[in-house]
Amino acid sequence: MPATDADSVRVEGLTVRYGNLVAVDDVSFSAAAGEVTAVLGPNGAGKTSAIEVCEGYRPAAAGHVSVLGMDPARQQAELSARMGVMLQEGGVSPSARVSDVARQYCDLYGKGVAPAELLETVGLAARARSAYRRLSGGEKQRLSLALALAARPDVAFLDEPTSGVDVTGRQLIRAIVRRLASDGCAVVLATHELDEAEKVADHVVIFDKGRVVADGTLDELRRGHDEIRFRSSPMLDLDALGVALGLEVRRVGDDEYVVDSDASRVAALTGWLAAHDEPVNDIRAGRQRLEDVFLRLTGNGSGASS
Amino acid sequence: MNPLRAQLRHEVSTTLRNSEQLLLTLIIPVMLLVFFSLVDVLPTETKDPVDFLAPGILGLAVMSAAMVSLGIGTGFERTYKVLKRLGATPLGRGRLIAAKIGSVIAVEVVQFAVLVPVAYALGWRPSAPNWLGALAAVIIGTIAFAGIGLSLAGRLRGEINLAAQNGLYLVLLLLGGMVIPFAKLPGPVSAIAKALPSGALADVLRETLAHGGVRPGTSWAILLGWAVVAPAVATRLFRWD
Repeated sequence: MPATDADSVRVEGLTVRYGNLVAVDDVSFSAAAGEVTAVLGPNGAGKTSAIEVCEGYRPAAAGHVSVLGMDPARQQAELSARMGVMLQEGGVSPSARVSDVARQYCDLYGKGVAPAELLETVGLAARARSAYRRLSGGEKQRLSLALALAARPDVAFLDEPTSGVDVTGRQLIRAIVRRLASDGCAVVLATHELDEAEKVADHVVIFDKGRVVADGTLDELRRGHDEIRFRSSPMLDLDALGVALGLEVRRVGDDEYVVDSDASRVAALTGWLAAHDEPVNDIRAGRQRLEDVFLRLTGNGSGASS
Repeated sequence: MNPLRAQLRHEVSTTLRNSEQLLLTLIIPVMLLVFFSLVDVLPTETKDPVDFLAPGILGLAVMSAAMVSLGIGTGFERTYKVLKRLGATPLGRGRLIAAKIGSVIAVEVVQFAVLVPVAYALGWRPSAPNWLGALAAVIIGTIAFAGIGLSLAGRLRGEINLAAQNGLYLVLLLLGGMVIPFAKLPGPVSAIAKALPSGALADVLRETLAHGGVRPGTSWAILLGWAVVAPAVATRLFRWD
């Protein structure tokens, strides 16, 4: 997606090196205000390195990065007042009390956010007096998100915000992320949980081997990649079915199959299954899931974290 | 509230509430001062052991706060990515360091507010003390020890840093002329001890408070040298994450 003047984050031709290793290779992408941009990629794809340049943590070897019109490397002090950051893990001393940390960050940002209100927002009011080490993994993530919110940010970089969070916590975090975006914040979300990205993102950037291999809205990435997904007998004769449909039929689970086709082949498929006394337990025709898009683009089935 | 004040308040309250830090910075110095002042087993060569011990223990207090307490706390903050997270706030590195220095000074004020009256209660009567000189020594000593503590904290992993800081504390306590006079240490050890910041600080404190320094001019120079070199090394070695 080409950068526009409305973009809060603009990355153009970014390269990051660690010694001789090129972690990010001539990468460009953007994130707009009022949108959630999910950055996905397999392990070591370079997405965290790219985001750390945007946050001002890391220098760029080449290229240009602009966040809220500022150069993060040179104007981090000014930028940090308007930027919310959630690290992938840590960031708080284990012995620190939740209420103290909330107060510390509210005071550091000085945006008039009340610590109690902040903890209420992320559902941690009842844990205000607890030490950080006593929190569950999900509660730690929510506190980390709260610290990012203390900035009342215009841009937020959230690294794996739902990692280790239970279902209720995930819903709460999703709602907070969507609210941030609807308030005009540009939210950049790095996640390996593709279904989370699918649920919350307006715009997806997929990294692989240090490069951006896809960039667009969910609809754009899925366009032209319709599929029919169905469940049937585990012993299905895929070759015979493929010949009948004139298309390859792939097994994606013990009893789950995928045909790369639009809905026009559903009748032929169900007809063949009925003629061969094969059950149809579940059938769905439509755009590919983000997970399938991701696997198609990266050829990687090992998840998307880096 | 500006970021520096916010962080300073957080640093001071965290340090003063931490029982391990309290043990290290206050309880151990008070116990050493009281025990060795009342039980005359150290070869202090002064009429009253407290006359030798009080300046040395004040030096020990400075070392505890500026090196060990600061170094261990900062090392764990680096390990737990606290420093990294704070780096993305309006605080910035300069004000973070300023807040940490402020926190060390606050702890030292508390230490001196306790240790000096305890020493007086134990019979310490310094003759014509130069408190301004002692204050200068404490400031220079604080800079030197903070530099050493942050050099270790900025490079070593949390647990290794913890062990290194505690080990160094013990070595400097025993060999640094704080509770055992240089003259009572074996020759080569004594020579090394005199070059250590602990020995130099204890010596200049004895000189400024009771005119009891062994070689104050040299000790001032050594202390100043550590105050220049140690922060420079820390600046070069320190990693924020």
